[in-house]
Amino acid sequence: MSQNIVYMDYASASKTDPRVIEAMLPYMREYFGNPSSPHTSGLKMKSALEDARASVARLINAEKPSEIIFTSGATESNNMALRGVAFRNKDRGNHIVATKIEHISILNTLKYLTKFGFEVTYVPVDGYGLVDLEALKNTINDKTILVTVGYANNEVGTIQQIREISEIVHSKNAYLHTDATAAVGKIPVDVLKDGIDLMTISSWDMYGPYGIGALYIKKGTRIEPLIIGGGQEGGLRSGTENVPGAVGMGKASELAIAEMSFDARRLSKMRDRLIDGILKNIPYSFLNGHPTRRLPHNANVRFSFVEGESLVLSLDMEGIAVSSGSACSSKTLEPSHVLIAMGIPHVEAQGSLLMSLGRFNRDEDVERVLEVLPRIIKGLREMSPLTPEEVR
Amino acid sequence: MMYSQKVMDHFRNPRNVGEIKDADGIGKVGNPVCGDLMWIYIKVKDNRLEDVKFKTFGCGAAIATSSMITELAKGKTIEEALKITRQDVADALDGLPPIKMHCSNLAADGLKAAILDYMKKKGIKPPEGIKIESETEKCDI
Repeated sequence: MSQNIVYMDYASASKTDPRVIEAMLPYMREYFGNPSSPHTSGLKMKSALEDARASVARLINAEKPSEIIFTSGATESNNMALRGVAFRNKDRGNHIVATKIEHISILNTLKYLTKFGFEVTYVPVDGYGLVDLEALKNTINDKTILVTVGYANNEVGTIQQIREISEIVHSKNAYLHTDATAAVGKIPVDVLKDGIDLMTISSWDMYGPYGIGALYIKKGTRIEPLIIGGGQEGGLRSGTENVPGAVGMGKASELAIAEMSFDARRLSKMRDRLIDGILKNIPYSFLNGHPTRRLPHNANVRFSFVEGESLVLSLDMEGIAVSSGSACSSKTLEPSHVLIAMGIPHVEAQGSLLMSLGRFNRDEDVERVLEVLPRIIKGLREMSPLTPEEVR
Repeated sequence: MMYSQKVMDHFRNPRNVGEIKDADGIGKVGNPVCGDLMWIYIKVKDNRLEDVKFKTFGCGAAIATSSMITELAKGKTIEEALKITRQDVADALDGLPPIKMHCSNLAADGLKAAILDYMKKKGIKPPEGIKIESETEKCDI
């Protein structure tokens, strides 16, 4: 990647922290061995794996490291949580509750589960993307075995009231799973205080390596494995362990513990400067998501009369990498289901721009976006038949 | 992006953007709910398209195809212009990604709609078999 690219698409893919790569290198260059082997080479790997597990556990305040199961990433963790709990608890009920703004890996896994007799109810969110707690309460019934609610939304940045949600779910004796991919390492997440039974954790989202993730499973939770084999990871996730990946994720967790509050303060300042600068200088621009219950690195703004993909391409020509919620930039040609669930009209949702900041952004990056964006919006609006005369 | 260099060139420097105030025909196609809306303006003199302009709300492909159709159509007779197909527009742009062939490739339709509008105003009977494909297609929303 060229030096002068302004990368503001950390929600799509993140840079692995160089310190993480350094920590991983010895486990690729020098050390190897199967963590299940009793010899010294194997034990060396086993001990690195367990140290990494302890680091991830510490980051989310899990009671025991053994509650952390390493997977291949957040998608697998989501699959494992939903399918594992559903199939293991079928004797107790067949009802699952989710929200309309979950990640596609949650939504498609739930769709898959309906083929096996599970019923899924999707609770609505408000205009900010917050789950309607009353609706949630009324949706859970005595057949409900599992409720899944994302800790914070990757796209619009809204942070849910997870403790309140947990109280509701547990008062009805169901399990709570939360996809915390967008939150862990960015904001403090405490599985004990938050009352979480299962939690999906991503590695790359917190500057760790790709190809690894984890699922937190509170001790005593009834779940069955997704991947069956030699019984690694406490029998819950077979396959020879990805030790270099785990070491990287462990290092990323350690860095998050040490630097999260600093990162969050710095990024939320940049985020606010970005949002305020845009809303102030560009007419007909609106914030998507919650003004305060918001991830520190997320700025999502929509612009009337323009379409998101042409906006992303225009910014790319200026060396700025961002995302959009428009239909044209998705594989399905549908606008973001998150924005639609929040009640934003289709045409408006098309003009959404997601700018996600990360550890490696600098203040200049924000200034650069604020400098070029008004001109780009103006140009696209001049071309658009939707733009009213007085806005041109 | 998966776009050809030609598409990116027309996206970066779109030709003939704007409206023709005293247009002889206007074609409005697409649906902003689906992400693309295209207005094509034509000026006709001696049965030839003397000027063609456009306004488009949409993705890179929508803007590039709009720009390309104005170049393809300018100077052509009405009969010649009516024969321009979606495939012609896509070919002139060195192809479009498969997913964009349908929804964003509206320009040929926009031109046809503008010519039909012109013919209607002039009381000219359009030739048999001219149809605006995008009017019968649905985006899945």
